[in-house]
Amino acid sequence: MASKPRTLYEKIWDAHVVERRDDGTCILYIDRHLVHEVTSPQAFESLRLAGRKVRRPDLTLAVPDHNLPTTPRLDASGNKLPIADPQSAAQLAALEANAPAFGIDYIDSAAPEQGIVHVVGPEQGFSLPGATIVCGDSHTASHGGIGALAFGIGTSEVEHVLATQTLQLRQSRSMEVRVEGELGPGVTPKDLILHIIGKIGTAGGTGHVIEYRGPVFERMSVEGRLTVCNMSIEAGARAGLIAPDETVFAYLEGRPYAPQGEEWDRALAWWKTLHTDQGAAFDTSVVIDAAAVEPTVSWGTSPEDVVAVGDVVPAPESFSDPSKQSAARKSLDYMGLEPGQRIEDIAIENIFIGSCTNSRIEDLRAAAEVLKGRTKAPGVRWAIAVPGSGLVKRQAEEEGLDRIFTAAGFEWREPGCSACLAMNPDKVPPGERCASTSNRNFVGRQGPGARTHLVSPAMAAAAAVTGHLTDVRKLASCQAVDA
Amino acid sequence: MKAVRSIEGRAIPLGLKNVDTDVIIPAHWLKTVSREGLGKGAFESIREAPGNPFDVEDFAGAPILIAGDNFGCGSSREHAAWALLDLGINAVIAPSFSDIFSGNAFKNGILTVVLPQEQVDRLLEVAADHPITIDLESQTVTTPFQDRFAFEVDPFRKHCLLEGLDEIGLTLESGAAIETHEKQRAQALPWLDAPRRRDAA
Repeated sequence: MASKPRTLYEKIWDAHVVERRDDGTCILYIDRHLVHEVTSPQAFESLRLAGRKVRRPDLTLAVPDHNLPTTPRLDASGNKLPIADPQSAAQLAALEANAPAFGIDYIDSAAPEQGIVHVVGPEQGFSLPGATIVCGDSHTASHGGIGALAFGIGTSEVEHVLATQTLQLRQSRSMEVRVEGELGPGVTPKDLILHIIGKIGTAGGTGHVIEYRGPVFERMSVEGRLTVCNMSIEAGARAGLIAPDETVFAYLEGRPYAPQGEEWDRALAWWKTLHTDQGAAFDTSVVIDAAAVEPTVSWGTSPEDVVAVGDVVPAPESFSDPSKQSAARKSLDYMGLEPGQRIEDIAIENIFIGSCTNSRIEDLRAAAEVLKGRTKAPGVRWAIAVPGSGLVKRQAEEEGLDRIFTAAGFEWREPGCSACLAMNPDKVPPGERCASTSNRNFVGRQGPGARTHLVSPAMAAAAAVTGHLTDVRKLASCQAVDA
Repeated sequence: MKAVRSIEGRAIPLGLKNVDTDVIIPAHWLKTVSREGLGKGAFESIREAPGNPFDVEDFAGAPILIAGDNFGCGSSREHAAWALLDLGINAVIAPSFSDIFSGNAFKNGILTVVLPQEQVDRLLEVAADHPITIDLESQTVTTPFQDRFAFEVDPFRKHCLLEGLDEIGLTLESGAAIETHEKQRAQALPWLDAPRRRDAA
């Protein structure tokens, strides 16, 4: 029987439709629900008030990440240290109490498996190809890197999923981002996604689910794919996807929550069908030339404000859209930059290596490769490396990466969201700059008045050792930074 | 959710594009276990500047906000919608919205009205001194000067807003279909059920 060719997105969507209404709204089944402490307390409270239960606690996993300090969590005798901020403490306590009260698996703040929810999901094998995955966090798009349909939801939807294990949704439009050719040496997945956002804009993917296609992704590690899909939301898309392949299957095999034995074989057989059929149509297509991607840096306060590191700060008049011109003026004023200033002349006082975008083992390896045998420049006041999970941290320590970071003058921290959004004590001071491997350079994102330059881990490390934004390719011994 | 029919009153002419959720409500305000009281932190960085539109006395308690393209981009925090409600804002007019924000707004009974940039520009001009009316039933925005702009709204969302329906209640009416799906899923994709944690190999 000849069936209509479908995109990967359509295949996963179709497999999860519970009910389709005449107007196109669907009840979509949710396979995996990740819960953290910031966007869940009001949802649990509403369930309690309505006398509702969690329909499928077995498909739900809770882990604290946003509020946790990244300083040591236990005292010398192994007791948990108190959280100084009473509001953070209350939010963390709410999750710790709600999870067992509703029968949900909870990863404790002091457990070795604790980490950023989007690092933990794939690492634990809780996130799987072809699954629908949601979390009250827009960077849920990350999990598309293993071929899942994963997207962020608000707290009302968190409550809806807890109560019904479904969501009421309309299918998004499909967008293909086809990357042709190969990335140059020293150019990483982070540079690629920043470049893509620069090309299509922060609203370019609105109303769409993006599938990233092309030979670059076939050769990319799982970590790199998670980085690319993570920032789909910065391009306005609700989700980003990369077709799962042997690289993903090898990554998942043996993970704690992954299927095993006969179930693994059945899963694998289905996962191998999860690719866009020949002849399937996308609503929108964008082609990107990989060879044109340079190590990329943000200069403004929107993730679309990016240039190649060898470039200069653009003049507001260089944009054709008048509202973009005025936004660029405001951005430059906030960032304390002048049009025409060379990007490499921008001095940096703070370095943040971490976040759900870039805190996995490959990210830490890429940064350590640059830092090895070097130390941070005198002008760099604060440099922290925050592994994405306790397991990433442990592996990095086994590889000796922690010693490279500390020898270079970095602080080696406990896992969490940290200075990406500065809900915990890790903040960039007002008026100071940070070369950050995170995902958003919004006004005040890393602390009130903080100035963020989004970069790859290798580029953050390069800025650390030179004291200013630097093309990492100019530093010797960086051949191994392409992930 | 309480029913919404029409919203009439002053509109804050913000006009900015790419107003992200960190601008609507900065992260340090998210450390709450309640939906209430977030108005205090709403648009904090904008309200720091003297003469900003939120400080203008005429706009105190205004139920409408007018913004530029891509309003609500960024994080999925529903706190952005709660902060608007706490400020007394029940509708936002803009040329486009982020997907997650418009969903969150809808679930809190906030109307997100999409109009072309020229019409938004006209409303920004009118809003400086005059009220605006948004009528959901007829899907129009009108001004005291005979401007009449039609807008699109998802029929299901319109129905829910007009009737004040509880979405979870509606979904639970399809409980039998959910159970059927779960049974089929257990047969076809059994590994997705009851993931069992075990020690890593």
